[in-house]
Amino acid sequence: MSKKLYIARSRRIAARKLGEEMLIMAAHGSTLFTLNPTATILWQAADGATPLDELVERRICTEFQVEFEDAMRDAEALAEDLARHGILLLSDEPITNAGLALQETR
Amino acid sequence: MPGLAAPVDRYSVVIAIGGVSIRVHTADSDFLAILQRRYAGFLGGDPQAEFDFDVELGIPPFSTPLPEVSVTHRAGRWFMEREDFRAEWDPAARRGSIQQSANPYSIDAFLRIVHTLVLAKLGGFLLHSASAVRNGKAFLFAGESGAGKTTISRLAPPDVTLLTDEMSYIRQRDDAYVAFGTPFTGELVQAGENTSAPVAALYLLHQGPENRIERLAIAEAGRGLLANILFFAEDPELVHSMFRAGCDFVGRVPVYKLTFMPDARVWEMIQ
Repeated sequence: MSKKLYIARSRRIAARKLGEEMLIMAAHGSTLFTLNPTATILWQAADGATPLDELVERRICTEFQVEFEDAMRDAEALAEDLARHGILLLSDEPITNAGLALQETR
Repeated sequence: MPGLAAPVDRYSVVIAIGGVSIRVHTADSDFLAILQRRYAGFLGGDPQAEFDFDVELGIPPFSTPLPEVSVTHRAGRWFMEREDFRAEWDPAARRGSIQQSANPYSIDAFLRIVHTLVLAKLGGFLLHSASAVRNGKAFLFAGESGAGKTTISRLAPPDVTLLTDEMSYIRQRDDAYVAFGTPFTGELVQAGENTSAPVAALYLLHQGPENRIERLAIAEAGRGLLANILFFAEDPELVHSMFRAGCDFVGRVPVYKLTFMPDARVWEMIQ
């Protein structure tokens, strides 16, 4: 059985949903990112406590009607990509709330 | 017995941009004259300047010259470096210093950085854009180098007051945004007028075969604005403030894509 993967939003970013797009700015270099709808769902749900496979099953598979294995493979790749840019934190253990960024709600 | 050291004359000048006044001190009268020429129109006599900076002229003692600007925050102080200057600033003490040679470009870059830091706390920002006032309203024209900021500034008719051809100064006032004139110049090499007006619109510039204006959806507007905000500090709190200011701005000010030909008719569309 593979290890669980947990994801949490980094505190070193600022984020806001404008229209249908999630805009994220990383503190490092003030780099701006735009998330697609799938990435937005994962990013919003990244609470550090829920394993990634549960997020994919509950949020992605139901929303987009895709097979779990395909969605999970894409989600892991996405999570690693976002982690490389400092947008997400990744861990094989739950991540405490201290690591979570607040998403602006306007 | 004669004194071992003669007193050094100190000169100072207050440079007030966007309602933020900064007093610069120097012991060099020639450098003072450089500042007075460079910032003519933005010199204030306010004895209560918000910040004081001492300029120490000379070659900054760098171990490794930095071609890019570095702006870092440690122990409550800001440290700024580029290959031609080194500066530090203690915002709580409202005092700082800059080491540079006697030229107007280093201190100009330094002042831009300081204003980005000040504005981030105030819900404002510096924007890579020309700006101008017409009929009591300010219009911003943003874009990377070559997008047409200087061109549209040159094409402005006589009833337009140019605030800047390069770097717009935006502050929040109540639920609106106000653009201020700046001495920060681009290719036009002409300081803007030291005046201000509420921002009516932001145009993202594109040169093309016709004059056309298209209103942008808020996400595209946000991306376009944020890509043109001048910001250097790698500080999460300030990045968050600047990001929030940009998002709030596009929620309140209409943003358009302005495609234009390089002739004066484009200004018929800017009212």
